[in-house]
This record gives sequence, structure tokens and C-alpha cells, in this order.
Amino acid sequence: MTAPLDAPESAQQADPEAIARGARNVASRSLTQIAWQRLRRDKIAMIAGLIVLLLILAAVFAPLLVKWFGYPPTEFNQAPIDPATGGVYKDPDNPFAGIDKTGGISWDHLLGLEPKTGRDLFSRILYGAQISLLVAFLSTILCVFIGTVLGIIAGYVGGWVDTVISRAMDIFLAFPLLLFAIALVGVIPDSAFGLTGNGLRVGLIVFIIGFFNWPYVGRIVRGQTLTLKEREFVEAARSLGASNRHILFRELLPNLLTPILVYATLLIPTNILFEAALSFLGVGISPPTPTWGRMLSEALPYYTTSPHFVIIPGVAIFITVLAFNLFGDGLRDAFDPRSSD
Amino acid sequence: MNKRGLGSVAVATATVLLLGACGSVEEGSDVEDTYNFATEQVVNPSDATGGTLRFGYSDQIESTDPGNTYYGYNWNFTRFYARALMTYAPDVGTAGTAAVPDLAVDLPVPSDDGLSWTVKIHPGLKYEDGTEIVAEDIKYAVARSNYGEELLNGPKYFQELLADSDSYAGPYAGGDPLAGFGGIETPDDHTLVFKLKRPFADFPYILTEPQSAPVPVDTEEGKGELYQTRVLSSGPYKFAEDYQPGSGLHLVRNDQWDPATDPIRKALPDEITVEEELDPNEIDQRLMTGALDVDLGGNGLSPAAKGAAISDGQIKPRLDNPSTGAVRYAAINTQVEPLDDVACRQAIMFAADHDSLRRAWGGEIGGEIPTQFLPPTLAGHDATIDFYPSEDDKGDADLALEKLQECGEPDGFSTNIAVRSDRPAEVEAAQALQQSLERVGISTEIKEYPSSPFTKSYAGSPEYANSNDIGLTFYGWIPDWPTGYGVLYPLLYGGDNIRAQSNSNLSQLDDPDINRLLERSTETTDPDEQAAIYANVDRLVMENAAIVPAVFEKSVLYRPENLTNVYFHSGYAMYDFMALGTTNK
Repeated sequence: MTAPLDAPESAQQADPEAIARGARNVASRSLTQIAWQRLRRDKIAMIAGLIVLLLILAAVFAPLLVKWFGYPPTEFNQAPIDPATGGVYKDPDNPFAGIDKTGGISWDHLLGLEPKTGRDLFSRILYGAQISLLVAFLSTILCVFIGTVLGIIAGYVGGWVDTVISRAMDIFLAFPLLLFAIALVGVIPDSAFGLTGNGLRVGLIVFIIGFFNWPYVGRIVRGQTLTLKEREFVEAARSLGASNRHILFRELLPNLLTPILVYATLLIPTNILFEAALSFLGVGISPPTPTWGRMLSEALPYYTTSPHFVIIPGVAIFITVLAFNLFGDGLRDAFDPRSSD
Repeated sequence: MNKRGLGSVAVATATVLLLGACGSVEEGSDVEDTYNFATEQVVNPSDATGGTLRFGYSDQIESTDPGNTYYGYNWNFTRFYARALMTYAPDVGTAGTAAVPDLAVDLPVPSDDGLSWTVKIHPGLKYEDGTEIVAEDIKYAVARSNYGEELLNGPKYFQELLADSDSYAGPYAGGDPLAGFGGIETPDDHTLVFKLKRPFADFPYILTEPQSAPVPVDTEEGKGELYQTRVLSSGPYKFAEDYQPGSGLHLVRNDQWDPATDPIRKALPDEITVEEELDPNEIDQRLMTGALDVDLGGNGLSPAAKGAAISDGQIKPRLDNPSTGAVRYAAINTQVEPLDDVACRQAIMFAADHDSLRRAWGGEIGGEIPTQFLPPTLAGHDATIDFYPSEDDKGDADLALEKLQECGEPDGFSTNIAVRSDRPAEVEAAQALQQSLERVGISTEIKEYPSSPFTKSYAGSPEYANSNDIGLTFYGWIPDWPTGYGVLYPLLYGGDNIRAQSNSNLSQLDDPDINRLLERSTETTDPDEQAAIYANVDRLVMENAAIVPAVFEKSVLYRPENLTNVYFHSGYAMYDFMALGTTNK
């Protein structure tokens, strides 16, 4: 450790006038504005945010992009495929020319062909993004909703209510979620709750992730509520005769939004990975609907002849998770009053 | 041979030479083209004895007890230490599917009414401890493996067929172990008379099951499942030490075995070892490096390895690509709308892209494209059955559309396809079928189910299948014995064969003509008449469009250099373990 006496050079040489100006500026800015300014200066977070935005746009406009740059995601194209190895021929008219190790990446097929079926990988990755993001966002919303409501009640009401909810959180956290999900998705009937097929499966995965991950949000919200409820503005509201409901949702909730938002952003990549894991294990969405996790598991037998099929969905998951994580980290730093400006 | 025939041979030779030149075999290498040789001849014939034959398996052995096993590999392997009444002929090609005597002196003789079969066994044969093998021991072996709740792995054909035993609770129920078991009579120590409830022409095949290998009641002592710890040997090898499941099996020579009475087993190696619970990829690797001699499972290279191996010029000559006898197919449910109309089913038959379906199993090396249901290894296979031809096997959309018109669904219809989620080839085939049906407006949704309850509660439950609109079900079948009956009866006989659970007649076909023909096939023992019946049933099934055959499956087996006497045995659909020797000391 260096000696604490070594103060940063910049601080020593700071221009007093500038500090004064800064102080004035800070006084006139809201917390959100400060956070936004901090975020804008965080290049990594901004790039990550941009990627997140692009991913969302790509998923939303997948049908359009596929129409322009790809082929329908379930359309077979087996003429250029070697049946034995599943790889893509270098030259479809001359099988002896061997296998194209890049998997047929070209202007026609931007990310190459899927082994064996010859489906267009670019389209499948885009449509896979739809499933990944849909499941991740919906399950995050569900978990944030349950976690916030129960966390805020536990923190504010306290007493036996707090005890019951907190113990429930412990129980939920101890649940072997992945095993439970595999078992449940494996045995669900074909139609239930007015949903059928993949609609039901998406719904079920969202429910499992959301319903069993809420305690993570719940704990944070409860902790924040415990500190906030002793603050003056809550006291003031109470002394003015505000109802519990008013205090909970008008006084406390707005002050909780920031940590919730930050945590939700960090929860999304976890949920993307969870959905990918389920699909990888074969208990996610049914084929031919593409999902990244399933693509990855289908790719493993072909890693020698068609390495692109392992790499591309792997990279897609990697970029998405990394982007959400970095963006979430940036957001947290920006909102954190203790972080240096 | 006429001139034309000679001409095509010459062309074929030229093509082979050309292909050889273009292939990846390096110039100047002396790799001999022995690809697929073990399906046509014995490779490395040798009578040299000695050495250790090393088996490897990806799982635990199902059970070393010949009375408690159902897997083909184990029916093949238990012959090292258990002689059944009958076994398969040790021959290359389809000759290997014939049932021949093992402990029996001769083929079993049926009575005129077909209701009893008499078998005589060789006198003077001994177990490893020197005691004589007697008929009563075989009766006990059949009793313990078929009745009662103790040994559950194996099939229960004897229980289904034997008369006068319905109230028999099995030898482990207490009291005299054989009291009440009237299905087998033993008039003397070397004669058995099997009494049946109904005529059953394929009965000699039932006797090839290891369940008819003798087990003396005094040695077994009611051990039941635990008998597998040390099975008393009647074959050329015996357990070297007690077997503990999972820790491997070690066999050494049994000096009480008499080779003169046993034309089936070569018994070349001095010792046999089995390593259990190996990773499948490790087995493939070790076979190729010579650290292992035989894959006990016998299924061949994994899907990933086989494509790569076959395109490697150095490895290819060591590969065999035989038919496994399995037929993979999609059953069309004849009981759901609109598939209860034969024209709608025929529309599916015409629309199916068979090239694409076969690619799910690896294309040409994965199997042959069937136009009928009975695999080519079985008597009754009729190559002329071809009701739904198409160019390059890609399906015929025009004829399919015509059939849709005919069944009153000109715009197509929608139905569901059921598959087992842990069978990648079947899941892929389902998607291929989905694509080809979409071309004619038949839209399908793929339903994945876990493998273990698939036959019991999902696809194999007519109530579930019909109420969930399961129109197509992917399935595979390897008959328990290689006759048309073994394929056609369980999958296509109607009546009480359509069970509420674990139903294997997934088409739920109950056609009076087919039922009558299959009944007739059990009554005649004339092989020609049987073959004619099977071909006839096959024709009716295809006409009825109850089944979309996807592939007559082939496996890719690696044949290590140090193995001698290797040939592919059609009866067990793997190498004949009894013939193998090794140069590895």
C-alpha cells in the first residue's frame, strides 16, 4: 500500500474557482441528471448500452432483417451439405473438394449454414435473440415485481410479517432451481392455462425464473426500505397523516426505483444464461424454433467439421451477457452516490 | 454372366479407381481397401489361441445373469459362459439369422397341432464345477426368468406362451420352486417338452434367448438378482472372481467345456475382460489406438465420430457399415382426424422428403431409404413394394396435393409430431418431415417428450395420443428375433395388441386382413409361406399408409487391427463375439 499522505496530484492543483463552479452545477442538478452525466462519461457502459439497444432492435425487427439479409429460419437447404459429416461442401458440385471449415459464411449466408439441415444461421441467431430477450425481460419483470412488493412490505411493516417473508426468501433461495425447472418443463402437459406449445413453454420458463428468483430483489428492497423508513421525509409524511399505502408507494417506492433498475439490468444476463442452460439441456423451447442454448448443444457433435456452429451462438450469448453486465455495472456506478465523480 | 453385366462391372471398377485417385488416401500409402469387408467375409481369419480380449462399455452391464437381460449385446456376450438351448448360426450375411442348436442336439420338433415343442439336449455336458447339465436346470432357468417379481429385465415370452402356468408365482415365492409350473415337462434328464397356449411358429427363436441357459436350483439357492455375482458357467469361460456391478468383469477358461459339442464358439482368447462405464468417445478413441478390442454395446461409432472417420482415408478401411436390422419410422395415427382417412395419410406418404429424412441419420452411411417396412435382412422383404416413388426421393408434392383433394382437405390440415427429446436424430427427422409437409400445406407442430415415459404414457397411450392430436410419432424398432413376425406383430397387429399403455402399435392400426395374416403366420412353420405372408402384410401396411418408413438403419463399426476372425453377425447386429480372437497378448 502506498502512503495515504500522497494525495492525488489533481486535487492538490485544483483550481478553486472550478470547484466553486462545479459546486453550483451540482446543486442545480437532479440525481438522474447526475447519473446520466456520469454514465455518458463511462465509455464502456455507453458502448455496452449501445450494443444492448442494437440487440433489442435486432430482435424486434428480426423478421424484417431476415427478409432483407437472410432466409426463413426454418427453411432446410441440404443441397450443399455433406450428409455424413453434416458439414458444408466447399463446392456443392464437387463433394471431393472437401468441407468448408468456415461453414459456408458468405454474402448470401452472413453467418454460414447450420450443419446437416443447411438452415441459415444468421436468421436463426436473430430469431434466437427474440426468445432469449423475451424470456429474460419477462422473467426479470416478474421477479422484480414480486421482489419489490414483498420486499417493501417486509421492510416497512416489520414484525412477524417481516419474519414470514424473510424465511420464505431463505426457502426460495435454497431451492435447486435448475433441477426443478428441468423436472417441471419435462412433465408439463401440452396445453394449460389457455396456452399451448411454445407459448406455454415460454410462459412456464418465465414463471419458473421469475417466481424463484424474486428473493434476490426482495432482499435488496427490504434492506433499502429499512433504512428509508427512518428518514425524515417518511416521518414527515406520517406525521401529516399519510396512509401506509401512500407512504409505501408514493414516498418509499420512488426512492427504491434506482437500486431496482440497476439490479434488474444485472438480472437480465443471468436470466439469459438460465434460459440458454435450459435449452442446452433440451428442456426449453421446442424445435424448430431456434434458441441459442439449443443451437449450442446441437453444435457440439460437429465441432471438428463445422466449428462456426459452436462459435456463433456461443459468441451471441457471450456478447449479450457481457453487454448487459457492463451496462448494468455502469448504471450502478452512475447512480451510486458514493462513487467518485 | 452376359456382356452387359460385364460391361457394368468394368465401369464400376473404373469408377472405383477414379474415386480412389480423388479420395484422401495419400499417394504411395499402402492402405488396403478393406472398407465394409466384415459384412461379407471373416476378416483376419485365424485359429491362434491366447491373449486377452478386452471389451469396453459405456454403461454398467445390464446384468451378467443370462436370465435377467434384454439387450442384444448381452445376449451375444453371455454366450461366453452360458449355453442356451438354441443360438444363431455363426455365419456371415443373412445366414446368421437362422436359429441353430446349442445345448440342444437338434432343432426343436413341434407336435402336429403346434401346441408342444420337444427338445433334446446333449448328454454328458458339464458345468464349470463338473456336475452334469440336466433338463430340469433349464426348466428352472425359464421359471426364474419369466415368473415372479425378481428378475424383471428380460422379455417374458415364455410366460406369455407356456400353458398350465397361469397361477404359478415363480420360484422365489416360497415352497417347492417349481410347484405349479406345468408349462415345461422333463420326461428324462435330457428331454424338455414345452407346452404352449397357442401355436407359435417362431418358438425356436424364443429358445435362442439366454433365458434357456441352464441354472441349477442348488447353486442358485434363491439368490435371484444376486446370482449375477457369480454365474455357474456352461460355456468356454467362467468368472475369475465375483462380479461387482460397475467394477468390470473378468473371465478365464473353463476346462469343463467340451468343444466337440459346440460348433458355435471358437474360444480363441485365454481371458476376457470388460471395463464398464467408459465415456463413449473414450471407447472410440481407445479402439483406434489399440487400447481396447471391442465395444461391448456394439452400436458403433458415435454420430459425431462416424462422419469424420469415414472421410478419413486412413481410418475408412478399418470401418464396416452394416445394417443393424433396425427400422426407424414415423407412425401415422389412423385414429385422429383427418388421418383416419387413408387418402390424407397417403398425402403424407407422397409429401415426405426421404432424402432429407435419411440425412437425420447421416445420409448413406446412416442407412438405406426404405420404400417398404420390413428391413432387407428379414425373410419377406419385398424390394418391389414402392407405392410412393419420387424423383431423387425428395417427395412428390403434386401427387400429395391430389391426395389432399381426394380426402377433402385441399388446403392441407394441421397435426402434431411426437418425438423423444433426447434422440437428436429423431428430433432432426421430425423437423425434416415438418418442412416437407409444409410444402403441401400440412402444418405440424413438434412435441418433444422425455424418453422413458414416451412409450408408456405419451405416444404409447392411445388415449393421450388421440386427445392431444398426435398424428405422427417417430419411433424405431429392432425385433427381438430376426423374423417378419418380430417386426410386424408388435407394431401392426390390432385387437388387444393395442394396449392402453406401452402400446407399440402407434398407428393404432386394426386392419382385419393384416390381423388374419399375422395370426396365420404363427400357425405355419413353412418358411416360404411365412415370408409370403410377411411380404403381403408389408404391402397392405404401405397401401394403408400407416407408417412412413424413414431409414433401414446402418451402423459404422470400427474394426481394430489386433482383432482376428471378425465378421458382422446379422442375428445380433454386431460382431460375433464368440468368433473373435486377438493378437494382443
